[in-house]
Amino acid sequence: MNWTSFDSWIVAVGAVSAVACALPGCFLVLRKMSMMGDAISHAVLPGIAVAFLMTGTRSSISMFVAAAITGILTAVFTQWVSRFGRVDRGAAMGIVFTTLFAVGLLMIVRAADHVDLDPGCVLYGAMEMTPLDTRNIFGWNIPRAVLSIGVVLLVNLLLILALFKELRISAFDTSLSDTLGFSSRFLHYLLMTIVAVTTVAAFEAVGSIIVIAMLIVPPATALLLTHRLVPMLIVASLVGVLSAFLGHYSANTIPGWFGYDSTSTSGMMATVAGLLFTIAWLFSPSEGLIVRRFRNREGNELEEPAELTST
Amino acid sequence: MPFVDPSRPDPVKSLTQPRWGLRTTLFTGAAGLSLLVFGCSPAFGAESGLSWGDIGDILLLKNYNTRLVVLSTSALGIAAGIVGAFLLLRKRSLMGDALAHSTLPGIVIAFVVMLALGGTGKSLPGLIAGAALSGIIGLLIMLAIRNTTRLSDDTAMGFVLSVFFGAGLALLGVVQKIPKASAAGLESFIYGKAASMVLVDFWLISAIAALAAIAALFLFKEFTLLCFDESFAAAEGWPTLWLDVLLLGLVTAVTVIGLQSVGLILIIAFLITPPAAARFWTHRLSTMVFLSAVIGAASGWLGASISALLPRLPAGAVIVVVTSLVFLVSMIFAPTRGVFARNLRQRRLKNKVERQHLLRAAFEILEANSTKTEQVANAPFSRDDLIAKRTWKPRHLDKILKKETAFGHLESENHGELRLSESGFGEAARITRNHRLWEIYLVTHADIAPSHVDRDADMVEHILEADLVQRLEDELRNRGAWIPSPHLIKNPS
Repeated sequence: MNWTSFDSWIVAVGAVSAVACALPGCFLVLRKMSMMGDAISHAVLPGIAVAFLMTGTRSSISMFVAAAITGILTAVFTQWVSRFGRVDRGAAMGIVFTTLFAVGLLMIVRAADHVDLDPGCVLYGAMEMTPLDTRNIFGWNIPRAVLSIGVVLLVNLLLILALFKELRISAFDTSLSDTLGFSSRFLHYLLMTIVAVTTVAAFEAVGSIIVIAMLIVPPATALLLTHRLVPMLIVASLVGVLSAFLGHYSANTIPGWFGYDSTSTSGMMATVAGLLFTIAWLFSPSEGLIVRRFRNREGNELEEPAELTST
Repeated sequence: MPFVDPSRPDPVKSLTQPRWGLRTTLFTGAAGLSLLVFGCSPAFGAESGLSWGDIGDILLLKNYNTRLVVLSTSALGIAAGIVGAFLLLRKRSLMGDALAHSTLPGIVIAFVVMLALGGTGKSLPGLIAGAALSGIIGLLIMLAIRNTTRLSDDTAMGFVLSVFFGAGLALLGVVQKIPKASAAGLESFIYGKAASMVLVDFWLISAIAALAAIAALFLFKEFTLLCFDESFAAAEGWPTLWLDVLLLGLVTAVTVIGLQSVGLILIIAFLITPPAAARFWTHRLSTMVFLSAVIGAASGWLGASISALLPRLPAGAVIVVVTSLVFLVSMIFAPTRGVFARNLRQRRLKNKVERQHLLRAAFEILEANSTKTEQVANAPFSRDDLIAKRTWKPRHLDKILKKETAFGHLESENHGELRLSESGFGEAARITRNHRLWEIYLVTHADIAPSHVDRDADMVEHILEADLVQRLEDELRNRGAWIPSPHLIKNPS
């Protein structure tokens, strides 16, 4: 393929969103809340509908604010249903996001007479188009998506650095965290807010599938490769960047092998991340399937029970 | 078979931990309801010039156009309600979500294969077969991740969901560029078309519902064991992996069939919400599965009818909202596990424990004041004595005192002094004795942490055998803390 600066910008957008998602994603995976990204990306629909019906425009600022608020509300409602009703967290998430999505759908369909709002175009951003929409910063034409997600990434990074100790303790032991005086409930809501804002900012620019995939797959891959939190965050970010690059590259080359033009970068990013996970799953030095098989065989030879002798 | 739920509140612990109060309950309920009503309010605008005749016709299935839709969604509600109940207990409710998304690559590949074989590529059985195959592969990968890594169920589900859906989008991106092939509408396969259902859909859904019901009936014991104690099932020699695959196979069938007829969001909601609502009404699994099927069917019927009665209301969305309303009402008002009932029970228990503490404190004050060790006399005491005895907050103590006075256990004397009534004195003696017996039992006979001594102390004579109570009484007498029982224990021997 013919690599241009256009391609570089697409990879940059992908990489920035991947890292912005992978960092909070690590904590989501550790807290067994991986499906939150999926839930939020469905549940923001009523927020978007309300913003649209109230302002009458598709201005991205009002939609972003409304979507972020709905995203945070999703986390709050989920927490309420699961605490109050003693419902399993996953089920609570499912109930909340399906309800919100249905309500949003009803609003949009009822108002469809006089508005032009396609849920699809809101939920599935077009990543290939992002380099066309640029802003001039210090003489550089930088895609708006890179700037907006870059800010989110920076905020995520700063928050995680500032609250690293607290987030780490509360991810592994909520009671200890409460005992030490870091309210685990506050940290939970903080993390949920980070996830909601990141999800909304990223899928507005690059599409929801990248968000859902990058929240889960790079952290899961990292968890197979390391047992420590800091290396996990670093490895997850690297996996995110790698899948952005390889995803865009393969989206433009692999269809060519079969005589086609190209395919969507976002879909290929998720696929490549899945392949990277599979490689880690097979070859991880600590718990890869293949490594473990060899180790088991050696182990069996070593642990050959000594014959019992009666003395 | 009755089952014990490990998540049930520990009666003692729940008193010491912060609770969700009545006010929060009401607030959440109101917030949820107003959100739903706000969302649906445009539905009931002025344009709905409905007669009761129309409503009756549709609810009673007399209208041919809606009969199919209503019956199909109800049947799907039954099927999803049954299998969803087991999913909920296995804490895998979002499985439907993951499976529904993981069907996309299969659908696209089936389309391409059928196109290559010379068809239009849009034959329904072919697409369903592709969807099912891809769902099953996703399912197996989920199980493999769960069984061979330390990643949890939810990560496995999220992984399969996002990677498969991404792969599906990538495939779709290629397919859409095939000349002459109209791939349009392929993606919307997973968003459903409830309003335009045909007879084939109804038969497919009914068959799946029947299959789910039969499987739940014949394998009820096995599925129950799988849900509550998987390791025990494995140790007993049950093929847990195959039972798991069978259960999730049923989920896949329900998801794939439901997906193309009613859409992604409704099928996810149908698998989660009715079982979660049913859980509030019962502690028995069989009742829960039955109720869950009934709730699924009823919301399908009601939602599809409402959607048929009013213009421009997608059936799937209306059904989801109806199901969620049923859930909300169950969560707040269900007598077994609902929030109201639970708060009431906790409040009652708390009151009972507080009153017992008060009577015991009063009795111990009297005991300390009386000269003879064997005979405690009833005498007036002051409120300050009580505060010194136990660290009560004054306002809180006044509340308990008021309740006890209303109960007839306390009387007010002159100079603000208090006095136990005749019945109150007997009760205080009985409670103090029982609590001490229980404490000495825990200290001498059972290796239970001393922090648990408050539990069910008043039940000591019903829990322990008569001769053990006799021995405990001797022990108490030796330690000089003896109080004679105010009523005689009938010794069975």
